[in-house]
Amino acid sequence: MTAFLSPIFEPGFFSNLPVQTALLVGGVVAVVSGIVGTFTVMRGQSFAGHSLADIGTAGGSASFLLGISPLFGFVAMNLMAAGVMEWIGIRRPRGRDLATGIVLGAALGLAALFLYLDATVSSTTGATVNVLFGSIFTLPSSLVPVIVIFSVVAAGIVLAMYRPLILSSVSADLAKAQGVPVRLVGIGYLVALAVAVSLSAMTIGAILSTALLIGPAATALRITNRPGRAAVIAAAIGVAATWLGVLLAYDSYYWFPSRGGWPVSFFVVTLIFLIYVGSQLRFRRRPRAERSSTATQAA
Amino acid sequence: MQGRAAAGSDEILAVDGVSVTLSGREILRDVTFHINAGEFTGLIGSNGAGKTTLMRVILGLITPSTGTVRVETGSKRQPLIGYVPQRITLDPDMPLRARDLVGLGIDGQRFGLPWPSAARRKQVDDMLEAVDAMRFAESRVGNLSGGEQQRILIAHALISHPRLLLLDEPLANLDIGSEQEVVDLLAKIAREQRIAVLISTHDMNPLLPVMDRIVYIANGKIATGTTAEVVSSESLTKLYGVHVDVIHVHDRILVVAGRREEALQHGGNESIVELV
Amino acid sequence: MFSGLMLNAWESASIVAVVAGVVGFFIVLRGAAFAAHALPNGAFAGAAGASLIGVDAIAGLAVFSVLGALTIAALGRRARHDVATALVIVVMLGLGSLFLSMTTEYAPEIYSLLFGEILGVSSSELIPIAVIGVICIAAVFIVYRPLMFSSVMPDVAEARGVSSGLMEVIFLVIVALTTTMAVPVVGALLIFSLLISPAAAARSFTDRPFTAMGLSVLIALGTVWSAIALAYLSNLPIGFFVGSIGAGTYAAGRGWVAWRRNRRASPRLGAAGGSPAQALST
Repeated sequence: MTAFLSPIFEPGFFSNLPVQTALLVGGVVAVVSGIVGTFTVMRGQSFAGHSLADIGTAGGSASFLLGISPLFGFVAMNLMAAGVMEWIGIRRPRGRDLATGIVLGAALGLAALFLYLDATVSSTTGATVNVLFGSIFTLPSSLVPVIVIFSVVAAGIVLAMYRPLILSSVSADLAKAQGVPVRLVGIGYLVALAVAVSLSAMTIGAILSTALLIGPAATALRITNRPGRAAVIAAAIGVAATWLGVLLAYDSYYWFPSRGGWPVSFFVVTLIFLIYVGSQLRFRRRPRAERSSTATQAA
Repeated sequence: MQGRAAAGSDEILAVDGVSVTLSGREILRDVTFHINAGEFTGLIGSNGAGKTTLMRVILGLITPSTGTVRVETGSKRQPLIGYVPQRITLDPDMPLRARDLVGLGIDGQRFGLPWPSAARRKQVDDMLEAVDAMRFAESRVGNLSGGEQQRILIAHALISHPRLLLLDEPLANLDIGSEQEVVDLLAKIAREQRIAVLISTHDMNPLLPVMDRIVYIANGKIATGTTAEVVSSESLTKLYGVHVDVIHVHDRILVVAGRREEALQHGGNESIVELV
Repeated sequence: MFSGLMLNAWESASIVAVVAGVVGFFIVLRGAAFAAHALPNGAFAGAAGASLIGVDAIAGLAVFSVLGALTIAALGRRARHDVATALVIVVMLGLGSLFLSMTTEYAPEIYSLLFGEILGVSSSELIPIAVIGVICIAAVFIVYRPLMFSSVMPDVAEARGVSSGLMEVIFLVIVALTTTMAVPVVGALLIFSLLISPAAAARSFTDRPFTAMGLSVLIALGTVWSAIALAYLSNLPIGFFVGSIGAGTYAAGRGWVAWRRNRRASPRLGAAGGSPAQALST
């Protein structure tokens, strides 16, 4: 049995502390991203989700200057950005992508500044790489409880607002007429999104946290018709991809070119993408133009 | 402002002296009408006349600059106005089945995690039966045709037992057959469950057989009464401020406006313009 | 500031600004902000891969961003647009991170690829940049009418024989090429800001297409020139200035619109009565 498994699980995999941390943190973050991501895709706010990751880098890079943990920098920056987006009017479809983009552009500019200062003023080497590509294997274990708490908070917000969130995502007018505080729900959701993105940016990197947010959710929405199930499936896919990614990254240490292994983020993203494309092929849907209601045809 | 209508009366909705100004333009001026329980009322006006604005005032989504809206709330604090908005663009990717959307009409505004219950499921099933929507109950809302979506939205609005049902241009995207079905369905519901129905449209003809009362809106003002009282040449001429002819063709009504000289005087360049 | 080395910076940045202003107009029109962000990110992967194999970076940029454009167009037909775009970005970046880990790239190189480097453009690179720039602008003007038509009224255009699928592909490829020429100058992450901010600001000031395009170009030029000057004088990264000035011009545009709306909104009674034509048009 061990002889069979050993090529898959390279020696020391399970006893390695960074690996254990990575699996735990990665798993928790994947679950949160899956849940929050389901609503993100439902509301068509993938761009906002992606932007928050990039925007967070400004906060993450600033945190090196301030000497605080990057996680708090990310979260603080994202909360501010979410607030600005909400204020500019992120709710109208066309205008909001533009508003998101402007905020993103400004934040990236700031990130440029902070990373530059990191390198020159505080001589933090590798800040760029860390912030942008994540540091799942180098997370201090003291950070783990913090990450877990933030995850619970983010997931909790979304789950507590489950029904009003769905209703206002379907139609704001309908929700308002039923007494849903649409603005409040929207803000609550953005807060959860900001936190969830910060968490995944820490683990697999700012640039790639989008994959964990959008990919599993989009796949799940292909498979099922029900929001609750979609969230569960998305979480499951995310966890699977993350754990497998960690495993492969660990194993790749022994592969060519052995310069310290291939990045975790690459594996996770590729896996998510493959799963998504696979679901596209497996769950074939008629292309948009042809789609007509079968019910009226049968009537 | 919204408040309770006079207790003990049959009155469900009392709109008094409502005026609305948006972005510097006066949309509604001094609108007054009352609706009783079980009445089927048509809100008739051409596109842009202010129908949607009036509905949003009644729903409390817009605050009028003057006037009041009073809605009979009954004894429960539930949302008692069912609302079927004009158009919902529903993405086929939205993971919501028809029955899920109807279910949200019961408790969509409640926070906290939902708990599946047999009673709730039965309530949804009954509603789906009532609007004849069982056959597409499991389909995604984004995949439904216009008429099917309409039924689901109506079911959503009705499932919380409102006493007033507002529908904003529900007939606009339907073919003639579906139009008639929806009107008949709504009339049946109004009669059987004593629900007041207010339905806005720019073509009053499909509603003629079932309308108890008409609220005819033009230039931000209204004329209200029975169809015979309101839809007459003198009444509409007064409302529009130009000469209007009401023509009966078989059992349809045609409203046409303008003698050439008058139209030119007021800046128009059409000699005959069909209004509704 | 205007010495030999800097001259390259001024010239290349100006070319980039002109192209970005023109192409950006359509990006804002079509609401394609996300794609405008995605393609440069993909280009980043191309540059990283190119340096891995030892090929010219611009070639890598071009190949990957065009590839990205085609993938987004293809996926976008069968799935939601924003999801397709998001996934293409991340796969490209995943590949990019892989290539980076395999090379001996060190931090400053990555940094300048992402955020730009004023002195990063050599004289030999100036010609290819200019050529691609000219191609982009020419392409925009050749497809101007069908592209406008299809962007504003896709269904009507389709009925008249303008395939929106084809327009989408052409448009994305133009954006991909714009990205290719711009990344060495202003960096993968900030070209995006240059693409949307000037055009978005221009749109607040005018409604007419050609005027908006022209204004967009002027604002883009103003943005890069100020950014270069400020970066040179302060030694801070050019990307920072591009991003901030971009946001500033957009805010200025919004402020202008709000101010104008406040001036016009004086309470007025609507016209009582009026012609039937008026009644129809309210």
